[in-house]
Amino acid sequence: MERDVVLIALFAALVAILGLVPQLTLISGVPISAQSLGIMLCGTVLGAKRGTLAVLLFLLIVAIGLPVLSGGRGGIGVFFGPTVGFLVGFPLAAFVAGYLVERMQDLDLKWSAMIAAFIGGVVVMYIPGIIGMAVVLDKSLLVATGFALPFIPGDLIKVVLCGLLTAGLARARPAAILWRG
Amino acid sequence: MLSLTSPVRTPSHRIGAAPKLLALCAFSIGAFLLRDPALLALAFAFVVLLYAAMGHLFARAGLARLRPLWPFVAVILIWHLVTSDILAGIAICLRLLAVVGFANLVTMTTPLQALLDTVTGLFRPLRRFGANPALLGFAVALVIRFIPVLMARARALAEAWRARSPRRANWRLLTPVFLTVLDDADHVAEALRARGGLNEYE
Repeated sequence: MERDVVLIALFAALVAILGLVPQLTLISGVPISAQSLGIMLCGTVLGAKRGTLAVLLFLLIVAIGLPVLSGGRGGIGVFFGPTVGFLVGFPLAAFVAGYLVERMQDLDLKWSAMIAAFIGGVVVMYIPGIIGMAVVLDKSLLVATGFALPFIPGDLIKVVLCGLLTAGLARARPAAILWRG
Repeated sequence: MLSLTSPVRTPSHRIGAAPKLLALCAFSIGAFLLRDPALLALAFAFVVLLYAAMGHLFARAGLARLRPLWPFVAVILIWHLVTSDILAGIAICLRLLAVVGFANLVTMTTPLQALLDTVTGLFRPLRRFGANPALLGFAVALVIRFIPVLMARARALAEAWRARSPRRANWRLLTPVFLTVLDDADHVAEALRARGGLNEYE
């Protein structure tokens, strides 16, 4: 019980500081932040249930006004801005990533975490993200998809990193992979 | 860790969190239902007036908080300029700036603790379904405490890296940072158990 609560809080803090990591700018000129890497890791390390709770806890501290969303954003305003769909997608992404990684136990963790991070952290994350942009900016889904597309290459880098990090953690601290508990 | 609450005292600081959040809900729903650019301009002017009423310093800080929106405003305006429907583009931008501006106003004039109390209050009716408001408050405090600890750990390991290598610290630093903070987390959990655990929150 204590360990669960502490690890959930730790991963919420992890998502927060990954958002503070200086943004990397790709060759295409699109800035990427490491925040969604944190979301993916919540799922692949903590599992579906606890990973989702960690992400919800992170969103709560964003909502009450800590500037921990990538780019130093925070407060209730972000839930009314164009990227609100991605915030809705965060807990869904962690849940799906966790659910999938829990169900691919026969596979090497490096690969199962990458697959889970891709489906959860990219596919599932972008669906509400694109719908949110389309609604707030009053554009068609196709146009909103166009706005989101430049960010995909950065996310693929994060998918690979998530697989490597999850496997590395499992090797050094097997007990930290909570869903195996 | 600084919160986004403005140090400039304003009349809005004296209003409770719940009425401000309700006003925000009403305002945002209204703004999303409006289509008429003239009415949206009125809503936008209302928010600008609210900021202006809070004083020069506060208004400047409020403007700075809107910075992440400028790329979206630029894209929308250019888009509508090309598709020759500039009025609709202006309406979208006015709505966006008005609603986010209003929400930021609530954040800037409400202390962290007041918002947290309101949220935990909202969770109280969910108690019978297993939600635990007190534990939630404790978890939030833990996160806020963990953030500077994690940053300090990452900084220390990055410095150690620079002492050893001529190359810049990169993602390889993440695994050791995670490992050491996971050990910290175990120590915190142990310390909590030694002090009677979280059962009093049950």
